[in-house]
Amino acid sequence: MILDVFVGTLVIIGAVFTLIGSIGLARLPDFYTRLHGPTKATTLGAGALIIASITHFTVSQGAVNLPEVLIVLFLFMTAPVSAHLVARAALVRDVHSVTGGSSTAGGHRRPDHQPGADEPARVDLEPSPPSGTESGPQVPR
Amino acid sequence: MSQTNASNTATPRGGLLPHPILSVILLVVWVLLHQNVRSATLVGGLLVAVSVPFFTRRFWPERPQVRRWGALIRFAPVFLWDVLVANVQVAWLIVNVWRELHPRWIVIPLDITNPHAIVTLANVISLTPGTVSSELGPDRRTLLVHSLDVPDEQAAIDFIKRRYEAPIREIFE
Amino acid sequence: MTEIAVVFGIVCVGLAMALNVYRLVAGPDAIDRVVALDTLYINAIVMLVLVGLRLDTLVFFEAALLIAMMGFVGTVAAAKYLRRGSIIE
Repeated sequence: MILDVFVGTLVIIGAVFTLIGSIGLARLPDFYTRLHGPTKATTLGAGALIIASITHFTVSQGAVNLPEVLIVLFLFMTAPVSAHLVARAALVRDVHSVTGGSSTAGGHRRPDHQPGADEPARVDLEPSPPSGTESGPQVPR
Repeated sequence: MSQTNASNTATPRGGLLPHPILSVILLVVWVLLHQNVRSATLVGGLLVAVSVPFFTRRFWPERPQVRRWGALIRFAPVFLWDVLVANVQVAWLIVNVWRELHPRWIVIPLDITNPHAIVTLANVISLTPGTVSSELGPDRRTLLVHSLDVPDEQAAIDFIKRRYEAPIREIFE
Repeated sequence: MTEIAVVFGIVCVGLAMALNVYRLVAGPDAIDRVVALDTLYINAIVMLVLVGLRLDTLVFFEAALLIAMMGFVGTVAAAKYLRRGSIIE
């Protein structure tokens, strides 16, 4: 009975968080704010629901039902990675942003930058440049 | 900086087990997928756990090295708690339509240089309070972060550096 | 209790998927559609888990796991393509 309530509560919490994540995706004003809903709320919602499922099947089958843990772990590992990749792609594509910026620093591209002023920074493939260039001014590469 | 990287990460040996931790994870996943621990499953799992890291070893030139497991164990509950709190906060910001959002780009200067530590920090930032890490600076010294609702930029930077970067630095360096 | 909660959950997640489809159609940029698809596949996993609870069966587990893996690979490929115009360099 107590387990029944526990599973039911987790299902409701998970479903509500999933829904809120998608509401964020539909409602928020620009791409970068929309990204927050799916990466956080939806991932946690899925986690809560799958934990509920694990508990339910562990009790009803009398044996520990662990394989679904794999889904939770996989979702929690991939959510930040895909969010980062998508955000970087959006920065390169110059997607419209309502975000107030701080000072431009560190050679980062901003959505409000001059179009064509720089090329995509090649941060993921190349090792860092030799130490001679590091002390110089930040030149977009 | 490349020298710092070399000293912080061990180059894998050329033996049969270039990545022991990866092998263990593969074996555990294999057993979980089969949902039993019969000997046939274990033999197949061992075969996968040895052969996959061995034949793909050229894709993994470096091995992440955890220097202090104690720091990792101390950081884990803080991180999990923050994930929960962050989710409730973000959910509230999404649902509360009357409150105006103050999204901001923040540039976080990095003290850590180990690539695995930077990856960990970026992922932790993405999963915790209203922030998504968006880009690493060309010189790997800064991280561009989009935050959903930040009134005070400097406070947010200090918070991330103190609460996440310091423990991650302790773990990896 | 669980029965009602699961039906409530299915309704919520169905609504969430409808909102994802709205974002998928509305865009405006291609990258918005990638994020919408990304959320849609996570919601599909959640839906499979809920239907598994409702029907009291574990047969959907493998499908959910496969969607989780393929969805991630698909998102990464689409993001890379939109960033550089090619997937494998």
